[in-house]
Amino acid sequence: MSLASDVLEGLLRESFSSAVIEIQDLVGDGDHYQVAVFSNDFVGKTRVQQHQMVYQALKGKMGNELHAMALKTGILPV
Amino acid sequence: MITAQERIQADITANAVVVYMKGTAETPQCGFSAIVVQILSSLGVPFKDVNVLADHEVRQGIKDFSNWPTIPQLYIQGEFIGGCDIVREMHQAGELQELLKEKGILAA
Repeated sequence: MSLASDVLEGLLRESFSSAVIEIQDLVGDGDHYQVAVFSNDFVGKTRVQQHQMVYQALKGKMGNELHAMALKTGILPV
Repeated sequence: MITAQERIQADITANAVVVYMKGTAETPQCGFSAIVVQILSSLGVPFKDVNVLADHEVRQGIKDFSNWPTIPQLYIQGEFIGGCDIVREMHQAGELQELLKEKGILAA
């Protein structure tokens, strides 16, 4: 179970085109990531909804190909 | 025949605070689950732990229930609050404590 970081970034970029996306491969195994997504698409959404949007962007890979992803979401600074 | 969804609904209705996790509160089998247990314990909040590793139907069922692909999952009075990252953020911001007081689970 692993997912290359450029594939991960590509999937996120598809859904959040104007977002600031930071990806850190914590162990270097393509399976434990720390990801931050800052996007104006999150305006008015709860944290749960924001994370659900990110999981949606990963098209079912979270919990399958991708085992662990610490996730932080937020709105772009004005 | 009771479905996993019905069991989940019954558990989160009957218990004010429920954590779906890998392992038990005493012996978590995953670091993310352990963090949620540790936060709740540090606040002195009693909670029911459901070990998804011991129940395959619930392990998949809880992900469908909340449209959330990962474990752990925290529920307070029947409402899905979040996974490890959200619970940790809320705890650091003091929001989790506020929520628990609002719900009458922690003394104000």
